[in-house]
Amino acid sequence: MAADFQTPEFREYPAVPNKLVPDATAHLSPFVAKPDHNEKLGFPGELVDNWHDKAIEKMGDLLGKYRGLQVFLDACVKCGSCTDKCHYFQGTSDPKNMPVARQDLLRSVYRRHFTFAGKYFPKLVGARELDREVLDEWYSYFHQCSQCRRCSVFCPYGIDTAEISMAAREILDTVGYGQKYCNEILGKVQTVGNNLGLPGPALKATMAEFEEEMEDDTGLPIKLPIDVQGADVLLITPSADFFAEPHIDGLMGYAKVFHEAGINWTLSSYAAEAANFSMFIGSYSNMKTVAERIRTAALDLGVKRIMVGECGHAWRVAYSFWNTVAGVGSGAAEDDEYGQKLQKQLDHRYPIPQHICEFTHGLLQEGKLRLDPAANDHRTVTFHDSCNVARASRMGDKPGGQFDIPRALLKAACNNYVDMDPDTIREVTYCCGGGGGLLTDDLMEIRVKGALPRMEALKDVMQNQGVTNMAAICAICKAQFAKVMPYFDIPMDTILSTHQIVGDALVLTGSTQETALDGGDDSSEKTEEAAEATE
Amino acid sequence: MATMDVAGNSVEVDEEGYLTNINDWDKDVAIELAKSENLEMTESHWEVIEFLREYYQEYQIAPAVRVLTKAIGKKLGPEKGNSKYLYELFPYGPAKQACKIAGLPKPTGCI
Repeated sequence: MAADFQTPEFREYPAVPNKLVPDATAHLSPFVAKPDHNEKLGFPGELVDNWHDKAIEKMGDLLGKYRGLQVFLDACVKCGSCTDKCHYFQGTSDPKNMPVARQDLLRSVYRRHFTFAGKYFPKLVGARELDREVLDEWYSYFHQCSQCRRCSVFCPYGIDTAEISMAAREILDTVGYGQKYCNEILGKVQTVGNNLGLPGPALKATMAEFEEEMEDDTGLPIKLPIDVQGADVLLITPSADFFAEPHIDGLMGYAKVFHEAGINWTLSSYAAEAANFSMFIGSYSNMKTVAERIRTAALDLGVKRIMVGECGHAWRVAYSFWNTVAGVGSGAAEDDEYGQKLQKQLDHRYPIPQHICEFTHGLLQEGKLRLDPAANDHRTVTFHDSCNVARASRMGDKPGGQFDIPRALLKAACNNYVDMDPDTIREVTYCCGGGGGLLTDDLMEIRVKGALPRMEALKDVMQNQGVTNMAAICAICKAQFAKVMPYFDIPMDTILSTHQIVGDALVLTGSTQETALDGGDDSSEKTEEAAEATE
Repeated sequence: MATMDVAGNSVEVDEEGYLTNINDWDKDVAIELAKSENLEMTESHWEVIEFLREYYQEYQIAPAVRVLTKAIGKKLGPEKGNSKYLYELFPYGPAKQACKIAGLPKPTGCI
């Protein structure tokens, strides 16, 4: 599996645009989905014979449904502001990875078929016919976009390349030209209930192992409950939290917080997945199908609150779509029986859905958690803002909460915290390089190259400010960094889950850590004192 | 469909070299799969592969890396129960590389 490409070198002045290398990554193209992957999602198994007409028809359909798409395709004035803002452009120097050029792949065909000038004077307005070469170019370069929306922040018109990339992928799926990684996974989530394909008994056995580990560490019976009827809180978290490093430690962090807060919570084996890759492929119907599993689980278990674990795009889906597609929140259609039912069942005194960071932050503010930041004194921590959380959602009840809340958690949990270069964080954060359905081995080259700006910013604070770890709140970011960091001579365990750092500092009532901190005897008395002190 | 040659027999694999049919697996196939990953199978490798296959048989999925390290630690001693040991054996990552050699489907998702 050794990759045959050069890891990009760190640049002396990352702000200066690179010398262009035309078609530098024109050879990249992810594995094409198999017929059964596509068919499970309602797409044709393979490329249909009349793909040209079908693609144009679908484009017309999308233009009618999504007015933003048409605005984005019409509005560009080629000002050039976006050109050097994309991490994939910076890492590859391929001009087709400039956001405007990526948009033009679709825009040129749009002009040919949907504008007066393009129909009659195509050459004058850069209009192109959709031939097989163009279709393959779409497949290649729309899978070199992680839909992170950084470019849209710099566009004076707010053109959102992610929307264009999602539309392009939906057209590709409609003609039977889907991507294996996304479509295979979406098939699994719709049959087994999670991206991994982790069956219920395996989930239970795995959680039992983690419970044992937490008991060994703390001396307390901290639970990872599954399918608990009548629980108050249903936690929907990415299935990577059950399987991968450093995700697992984040999951144990959530469990510790729930334990300390005395919350009756549960996971669901039927809906053991926060991720919803339907967004990456622009498929609204699949997004609804996946989200409805969560609704079903919530109705069956009778929960009052729904929380979301550390997962970037899932939080966008949860925050912006769950209300209308599944009744999680307010906004279910009048005739949506189950959506209406869930809406009534949930407790509207709490945010619906609620991000796990929001929840933990609330407990901290109420003085319900005791943190010992010295437990993290061996670390100096920085925070990677995940693109979908940063630019496509919010958290808490104040603007910018999605930036401030995770940082507040980290600062409460460790004494040494520093931010990376301001041009690389918060609203203008860089994508990890693996978002948007690109987190697959067959795209390792673009993943490594696209990670360049983030790796530069991280290396800078590692060298100059002694940073040892970077925390994230997204399963894709965590998996991507663990894999690509070694290419840049950064140890893979530099990346941590935010709730791991919180969990490490959390002094649980009655735990061995508490005994060690407060001294061996009459610890129960001191616990009460400590609790009073934080209140 | 791609195939792999094992002692004169051709075995079906997917585009990433994972076995298409788990029942095609035997030790010779494993050795051939390891070769494609530039790995030479040692006793230590076989111990991991054996555990993976047993786990898969029970749960129809590969174990989480943490579960694997804990199980290896319990079975073979605490000095082997850590991910460093597993990464030394399977440098591309125990989850994917060891699964491939064990003939199991590739784990998918945000991992």
